[in-house]
Amino acid sequence: MTNDRSVPEGPPRGATWTAARVRGLAIQGVILATLVGLLAWGIGNAIHNLNKAGIAAGFHFLGNRAGFDINFRLIDYSPAATYGRAFVVGVLNTLTVSVLGIVAATALGFALGIGRLSRNWLVSRTAATVIETVRNLPLLLQLLFWYTAVLAPLPRPRDAISLGGVAFLSNRGLTVPGPVSDGPVWMVWAAMGLGLAAAVAVGLWSRRRRILTGRRFPAGWVGLALIVLPPLAVLTSGAVPLSWDVPVLKGFNFDGGLTLVPELIALWLALTLYSGAFIGETVRAGILSVPKGQVEAAQAMGLTPGAVLRLVVVPQAMRVIIPPMTTQHLTLLKNSSLAVMIGFPDLVAVFSGTTLNQTGQAIETIGMTMAVYLVVSLAISFGMNLYNSKMAIVRR
Amino acid sequence: MKIRLAVASAAMSVALATGASSVAQAGVLDTVKQRGNVVCGVSGKVPGFSVPDAQGVWSGMDVDYCRAIAAAVFNDASKVTFRPVTTTERFTALQTGEIDVLARNTTWSFTRDANLGIEFVGANFYDGQGFMVSKQLGVKSAKELNGASICIQTGTTAEQNIADFFTANKLTFKQVVFESSDEAAKLYDTGRCDVYTTDTSGLAARRTTLSKPADHVILPEVISKEPLGPSVRAGDPQWANIAKWALFAQINAEELGVTQANVDEMRQSKNPDVRRLLGSDEALGNERWGLDRDWAYRIVKLVGNYGEVFERNVGTKTSLGLDRGINQLWTKGGLMYAPPVR
Repeated sequence: MTNDRSVPEGPPRGATWTAARVRGLAIQGVILATLVGLLAWGIGNAIHNLNKAGIAAGFHFLGNRAGFDINFRLIDYSPAATYGRAFVVGVLNTLTVSVLGIVAATALGFALGIGRLSRNWLVSRTAATVIETVRNLPLLLQLLFWYTAVLAPLPRPRDAISLGGVAFLSNRGLTVPGPVSDGPVWMVWAAMGLGLAAAVAVGLWSRRRRILTGRRFPAGWVGLALIVLPPLAVLTSGAVPLSWDVPVLKGFNFDGGLTLVPELIALWLALTLYSGAFIGETVRAGILSVPKGQVEAAQAMGLTPGAVLRLVVVPQAMRVIIPPMTTQHLTLLKNSSLAVMIGFPDLVAVFSGTTLNQTGQAIETIGMTMAVYLVVSLAISFGMNLYNSKMAIVRR
Repeated sequence: MKIRLAVASAAMSVALATGASSVAQAGVLDTVKQRGNVVCGVSGKVPGFSVPDAQGVWSGMDVDYCRAIAAAVFNDASKVTFRPVTTTERFTALQTGEIDVLARNTTWSFTRDANLGIEFVGANFYDGQGFMVSKQLGVKSAKELNGASICIQTGTTAEQNIADFFTANKLTFKQVVFESSDEAAKLYDTGRCDVYTTDTSGLAARRTTLSKPADHVILPEVISKEPLGPSVRAGDPQWANIAKWALFAQINAEELGVTQANVDEMRQSKNPDVRRLLGSDEALGNERWGLDRDWAYRIVKLVGNYGEVFERNVGTKTSLGLDRGINQLWTKGGLMYAPPVR
């Protein structure tokens, strides 16, 4: 700004209008009002036009009977349930495969990334080959490949591979015994919740003690025991009688138990490998970004190779790794929508596929589907940003 | 996915069209005449209904229906642009005006008429949902399918039908839903499912494409009513009438014995019904009807009557080998009945 002189000295003349702060607020207010107005006009116009064209609009359909089945679900669902419930089933299925995929892809990515840097020729070449092959083939092709590869060797249910007579592997999936109980199952969950809270408390206490006194405490193992043992204690005490529903071959399929459908396995495999390869490269970049002097200094201090990696290299590498890895996690979530190609009932298949077609309400269903992906993506992003700020360089 | 985004954005464009009546205002007939062709939404994947051959020449019941409209409007059955649409995007394509008429072996149902802003104009094929199973299973009836895995295509009435059928018969089932019927049938073929389900005409067509067609059998039960018919956007009675009567003219022609071969001499027939249909005397429709008196003559001359279309595309001499069954004329015990031209 060169015309400083035009700014009056001292208190502004006239009203507070000229004060930069007030003016700024006013402008923002006007812009916000315009945006809200435009949005309201758009929505009103949409409803008006849909009515005019005789197309049903609104979200009433969510309460209507869905009338179709979903073969993989985490919560109770039947064709008599509502479209709203089908939506929830779809969201949970998408989240299931995404969480499974993110966890596995991250683990695989670290293994591949560190493996590619290994001094062992075989390990580094293997990792490099896997990464370069998987990264450069379209995910859809890989998905169809894995689906065929998973299904092809599996027999029909009548010739299912029996695992100890209680679990069965066939081209209908892996069927395992499922726990059944008509007792107060909530007690098990409550015990687990209490254990989890206790584990967190122990973790905080041990950290504080270590900082104050320098003494170590095996908080990890104690925490694990605190989470696992209370529910087990409730189960063995007999308060919640538990029986196992063992699958039996009845006619065409196995009846009872829990079934892991081959579609989920194929989708999980494909997503894990694909994202894992990209994360592998991210991890390699992160590790290489740590100056060699850091490693040498740590070695000079007498740290073991494991401790060098854990205490010096990885914490610094994480600063480079986390932002691109977040992108990979988000990509995995969105790629999971390819499920529809192999018949896994994810959100897109259930809601913006079947539900859209049965109700014809394209705008509402597609809008809700997009909103779910947006919210989950933002949540993942937020979580990873929190972690990132924790890992960032702390200036003292 | 690309398709779904197309659906959504097309739907948004209907919703956000500022001229509130722009969807319905311009007469479709005028638009079609100006453009010089009819844009017809078809499946493109169902043999006997709409499928292009190796040379890109389309054939099928739905294809011939679209050609009948072109014949009536342009006196040229080839002035049709066939636009393949998926089950998911078909109604949006019609609502947004991307296609003028939807002839995609689509079931006429209450909710579709009531909620989608479209209008079905008739049924050109009466179908019903059936089941196909492997002969090895030794199943004789759909009631023996308790616990079966069923491969099915998404975006159709079929998903609700099987849920209704199995619930009503106190049977359980496990469905695997695919985006395309190709994929659903392929996975059925590999043994992922015990049963493949779709309309019985579709089952017959699909069986021809399986690795060993003779190993599969279509069960006798038909579990639903599937009147397959063309539809148009609601709000344009003139275009709806043309779409409606293009079909009725073919059915009436068959009933009156007018065929592609004899249509010229039938024009001189003494039968007043035939004379009215073929426009031998005065025009029955006024200018609001929009076509001249030879419209039905052109349809029969260039495309044929309903029976000829049926036999040519799905009849016993084709690979589908379907009997007329309930698609026989009402005078011969079937359901094909058209209001008279008078």
